[in-house]
Amino acid sequence: MPLWTLLGLMAGNATADWPLRDGDDGQAGVLGMPRYRPEACAEGCAACAEVCPTGAIALRDPDDAGGRLTVDYGRCVVCQLCTEVCPSGAMAPSADWAFGVLRREDLLWRERAASVARKAASSTAAFRRSLHIRHVDAGSCNGCESELQALNNPFYNLHRLGIFFTASPRFADLLLVTGPVTYAMREPLRATYEAMPEPRWVMAVGTCAVSGGIAEGGYASGHGLDGVLPVDVYLPGCPPNPAAIMQALLTFLGRMPQRARGGRLVE
Amino acid sequence: MNIRQAAQAAILLKPDELVDAARAVLDGGGRMQMAYAWYPRPGKLELRYLSGRGAKQPFDIWRCPVERPVPSLANLWPLLNWYEREISDLFGIEFTGAPDSHRLVLHEGTDCPVPPFAAKVPAGYALSLKTRERRLPEVGGAERDVQLLPFGPVRADVMESAEFLFFYIGEAILFYQPQLFFKHRGMEKRFEGVAAERAVVIAERVSGVGSVAHALAFCQAVEAASHCRVPPRARFLRVLLAELERLYNHLHYLGHLSHTTSLKVGESEGKLLEERAKQFNARLTGSRFLRSLLTVGGLRRDLRSLDWLADELEALRERYAVYARHLENTDSHLDRLITTGPLDPQVALDQGATGPVQRASGLDRDLRRDHPYAAYDELPVAVAVRESGDGYARMQVRIAEIHHSIALIQRVLLMLPDGPVRADCQILPRSEGLGWSETPRGTLFYVVHIGGDGRLARVKIKSPSFSNWRVFPFTVHGSNMMDYAINEATFGLTMAGCDR
Repeated sequence: MPLWTLLGLMAGNATADWPLRDGDDGQAGVLGMPRYRPEACAEGCAACAEVCPTGAIALRDPDDAGGRLTVDYGRCVVCQLCTEVCPSGAMAPSADWAFGVLRREDLLWRERAASVARKAASSTAAFRRSLHIRHVDAGSCNGCESELQALNNPFYNLHRLGIFFTASPRFADLLLVTGPVTYAMREPLRATYEAMPEPRWVMAVGTCAVSGGIAEGGYASGHGLDGVLPVDVYLPGCPPNPAAIMQALLTFLGRMPQRARGGRLVE
Repeated sequence: MNIRQAAQAAILLKPDELVDAARAVLDGGGRMQMAYAWYPRPGKLELRYLSGRGAKQPFDIWRCPVERPVPSLANLWPLLNWYEREISDLFGIEFTGAPDSHRLVLHEGTDCPVPPFAAKVPAGYALSLKTRERRLPEVGGAERDVQLLPFGPVRADVMESAEFLFFYIGEAILFYQPQLFFKHRGMEKRFEGVAAERAVVIAERVSGVGSVAHALAFCQAVEAASHCRVPPRARFLRVLLAELERLYNHLHYLGHLSHTTSLKVGESEGKLLEERAKQFNARLTGSRFLRSLLTVGGLRRDLRSLDWLADELEALRERYAVYARHLENTDSHLDRLITTGPLDPQVALDQGATGPVQRASGLDRDLRRDHPYAAYDELPVAVAVRESGDGYARMQVRIAEIHHSIALIQRVLLMLPDGPVRADCQILPRSEGLGWSETPRGTLFYVVHIGGDGRLARVKIKSPSFSNWRVFPFTVHGSNMMDYAINEATFGLTMAGCDR
């Protein structure tokens, strides 16, 4: 009969210092959102827009200011195809994954990154140290679930931040949704939201929940949460890694600054 | 074996010849693998059946034009029932004499004026639910001593959506019915009209924890259609990726299984090892799910500087060996698994069990050995088989497979040839191809049909969880509530792959 408790004690503490202190966030090597540098863009080239599977990149009206392309990171599935076809490095691979934002506009690339509007601190202040989440899978590929489940492994150990997943929507403060909202999950998702006490918030995790993702617009697949539920936190990614999910949650709670605005990370 | 032969050998059958052909497969010791429908020409509907004669023999494809009523083959091959029902839902084809013709992929109450795969659907066609009525089987008498527990589709913890209906008396489950396909996204349709080399990104997102297996089977199907040879280095690296995928999936399986048997440290250890494996994936490929690497003709880019992987893997293997030994020696864990959810070998065969589930019931089948692809024909593939068919056997198969996967990866790292990782692949218009892979959960098939414009005209995905979800209820009827979650965990199912 193995002594599991002893085994656990001997293994020691496996939890990352991050995000409470500086240290390894566990994402070494992870490729994030491609970085857009309009000044490097080659005239007459539309290779990235042609190859993008979700229409995250499109050619802008030539009369408009602010670069030749519109880039919506809320539609990006992080497939890296644009970075491979770009002849000039205007779309470059990066490690930028911390894309949790409070306003959908912050995911659109802009010439000048507007300052982030802070949420009224009073609304979430009471939940800063204790947040209960109800997760609903509204038709994901299971990639997002795999990363959400990882949050409770010893490396990330989400509990230590006072953030918990709860079984009942009655106990939940935040509804965390993955998937593009398939026709069959629309009503169960709404019913879960209706069962939550106020105040209640909604977080869209993964590009599918933000904008429909790879399956968008099919006969069964939906367009994400827009028009279904009011969204308070957007986190694109395909899937967003566990550290990105933690960053987004802490941003929502006002415990970490929002890092993305104007479609890029700003320090 | 030449994968191309399989696709070219499509045998033309009339509807009234199907039953005899299916019986011949049964008598010959083969197995029906799947069925699907497609439109070879506008207005011309055709059924396709895939059958296998056995190891190292090419798969047989039958094609059957749908002109008159088509007989159901599900009385001979129960596993085909789900395929026929899917075809009825998506294409509107009826099968005569079917043992069960209720809706499967589309829910009861779905407003569906035109089948979604019909030759002509209105632009922007989207399904909706008219009612949330469920079709419930009649279980028990009028005595009201049988209770019904509907559980889901929103379940406890972070889980994929599905609804389970339990008809039970006290602890005893009389009848169990899973209502799946809440997550049906119509992924097969999503491929249509897309250029083949651009569609790998879609295949990677059918089942997230099977990204490599799906991309690989898809790429191999396209390569078969276009007679494309993949360079040796890419074939070996494909094995490396596929086995890394198996590794993190199986480690997750053991962690989750320990969760259901309330073995807290066992859960933590399994999930920590899974996390380490995922971190290796990211360091190696830039993706924790090993995405964005496979492409038609090989790999999108080479993987260089692999030196660290062997050392890290060895450290993981040592720690895993201790973990697996402890799991095998923990009475409280084993007590919940031994004799739990036994799956009879005949039921496993008839209902279509695949992967570790069938191997735990004594069916010695593994595509990597029996129908080798990538570089598996140049590698020693050990196949773990157990006979008892219970939850314990299903765990043991996975424990053994982790050892085998690590050994395979280490072998690949030693043998990895130099050279290019991508061949130019000219897509042939009006071609078709079959591709497959042995995922962590079992057999995955992709069939691709390329249209006259060189783009994908139809893609059929046969995922392992579609097969095993069909089988799983047979181990639940007559069991008890306390064992349910454990039994489900021993199957290691996903919804996303099944529902598509």
